[in-house]
This record gives sequence, C-alpha cells and structure tokens, in this order.
Amino acid sequence: MSKEDISRRQFLNYTLTGVGGFMAAGMLMPMVRFALDPILKEGTDQEMVAVTSVEELANEPKRFDFKIKQKDGWYESDVTQSAWVYKAKNGDVIALSPICKHLGCTVDWNTDPSHPNQFFCPCHLGRYTKDGTNVKGTAPLAPLDVYDSQVKDGKLYLGKAKPRKGA
Amino acid sequence: MLQKIYDWVDERLDITPLWRDVADHEVPEHVNPAHHFSAFVYCFGGLTFFITVIQILSGMFLTMYYVPDIVNAWESVYYLQNEVAFGVIVRGMHHWGASLVIVMMFLHTLRVFFQGAYKKPRELNWVVGVLIFFVMLGLGFTGYLLPWDMKALFATKVGIEIAMTIPVVGPIAKTFLAGGEIIGAQTLTRFFAIHVFFLPAALLGLMGAHFLMIRKQGISGPL
Repeated sequence: MSKEDISRRQFLNYTLTGVGGFMAAGMLMPMVRFALDPILKEGTDQEMVAVTSVEELANEPKRFDFKIKQKDGWYESDVTQSAWVYKAKNGDVIALSPICKHLGCTVDWNTDPSHPNQFFCPCHLGRYTKDGTNVKGTAPLAPLDVYDSQVKDGKLYLGKAKPRKGA
Repeated sequence: MLQKIYDWVDERLDITPLWRDVADHEVPEHVNPAHHFSAFVYCFGGLTFFITVIQILSGMFLTMYYVPDIVNAWESVYYLQNEVAFGVIVRGMHHWGASLVIVMMFLHTLRVFFQGAYKKPRELNWVVGVLIFFVMLGLGFTGYLLPWDMKALFATKVGIEIAMTIPVVGPIAKTFLAGGEIIGAQTLTRFFAIHVFFLPAALLGLMGAHFLMIRKQGISGPL
C-alpha cells in the first residue's frame, strides 16, 4: 500500500464519522421506530355485532346504527357506526358503509331529487347506485365499502367495512 | 454529490467562515486526555450537553404519545411504555438521562470549583452555570409529576409544600405552581407547559450564553 492511498487526516476523518454515525444511529433508531409504530402496528380485528333482526330489512336501503367497541391507543370507547342495509332480490343481505369514497363525507339514500334511488353525497354531489357502485362522472372513484355480514338466528351481524375494486 | 451541493450553497452564501469560526479552535494540551489522562475531568461539561441533547430528543418523541391530562396521563404513559415498540427504551432514556444530567452537571461544577476556573474574568460564566443548574432542577421537578402516578403526585405535593415555606411569597408561589387550590388537573397541564416550553427555552438561551462566553474567554489555564 502506497502512502498516497489514504492520508492520516482522512483516516481519522473516516473513523470519527463512522463511530459518530454509529452512535447517532444507535441513539436515534429506537426513537424513530417509536414514532413510526402506528404505521407498523397490525390492524385490530373487530367482533361481529348484532345490528337488527332480518325481518326489519326490506328491498329499500334502510339506515341502521349500531355500537362497536373501539380501542384507540389508551382510550377505549363505544362508537356508533351506521350501515345502509337492504335485502337484494335473491335474498342476500347487503350492508353498505355510509362513508363516501371521495373524501369521507356521509352519504344518504334517495336525497337528490334529480337522481332518485341512488346514494347521494352532498359534499361534492357524489352518487352511487343502490348496490353501492359509484356513478361515473361524479366525484367518488370507488364503490361504497361493504360490511362483513352474517345472518344468524334471524339476526343480522355486521363486522368490518371492506373496500371493493373501483367501477 | 454532497460536496457539490455544499459548493453550490457556499458559492452563493459564503457559509464556510460561519462554521469554521465555530469548529476551528485549538484544544490546549492541558485539556487533552491524550496528553494528560487526568484531563478527562474536562469532559463533564460536554457530557452534560450531550445528555441534554438526548433529553430534548427523547422528550420530543415522548410527547407524540403523552397527554397532560389527569384522566389519560397515566394510561398514555402505560401505553407508550408497554404497547409501543421501543417505548421502554425511549422512556428509559428520558428517565435515566434526567438523573445522569444532574450527575454530570455536578461533576462539571466540582471541576470548575476545585480548579478555581470560575475566577476573574469568568465569574459571569459561573453565574450563568448556576442558573442552568436551577433550570435543570426545575425540569426535573416538573417532569417528575408528568407520569401522574402516586410517587409523582406525592412528590409534587411535598415539593409545593417546600415552596410554601418561603417567607412572604410562599402561599403565592404555591398557588402559582399548583394553578389553583389543589394539586390536580391544572397543576398537571401547568407543569407540562413549564416542562416542555418555558424551561427548555430558558435552558437553550442560557446554554448559548455559557458556550459563547467560554469561546470568547477561552478555557482557563493549567493548574
């Protein structure tokens, strides 16, 4: 190795930077991981909650409110959620989330006089057909989320609202 | 790449003299442990500063989860310590660092005292150092309450009773610190504000003055 390869000053510079960087990383790593924890935490499962008896359901979407237990960090509470539920022609129960897929406002059934029998979001005039499919040309880019649902002993149980592929 | 970015900025703003001024200074032989090992006593001031930096950083991160509210404070501390990744370590850094700062600062003070380094012309720096000492004690006192457990509550009650014994202004000091008649909701938010805004701001200012003075006057000569 010739003397020109690395000077004494350079060697010391590298060593100091290396050791200093290692120490700084060791100090910062736990803190950064601590701050990023919410991103890396796994989502929580949600219990199926009894919402209504199936007899209440009709072919017309009806809004049902139900309470779920929510754990938000150190804060646990009962939160009210809503679903638009109807019985399809083939007897399937469809439960749609009322949260607009555009920017999260709340949609309502059949409130836009010029477009009857659709879900309507007043914020940016978003519309969805009865099965939750977003109407092309309106603001939302995806259909309404569908709740996991289950009918047991004549009662409707709902779980988490899951997103669907865009229309 | 980095060099190019630096050159680009330097060409326009001439930043080299700025940091050269801070970075380039002779370290006298008598404070260099490589020459005299006993010179390690000169490290305590720097160590105090280093731990202070850790305290500020870990404290900033802790406030991402902590809430200064009597209902949620303890729960949020429990959550960040037990449910959040590395929570034990980040809180541990802040907890142990708090004690270590006091230890390092004390050793630094002893060194300055026994070397007589506080004498003319450095009296003013000693005074600022003592003010830093009080600010640090204040940070320790206010931070102790924040976890809102039994130890925190009763330690603060005792601490405020001590403030109460000051002649004439005692009762006023007590009400001012507690934010009311009792040690409760208002005390906790008040201590939080003092702990994360007021005292750190004072600390940064005082430390700036401390460092400016040592650079201006230079470190005191060998014994």
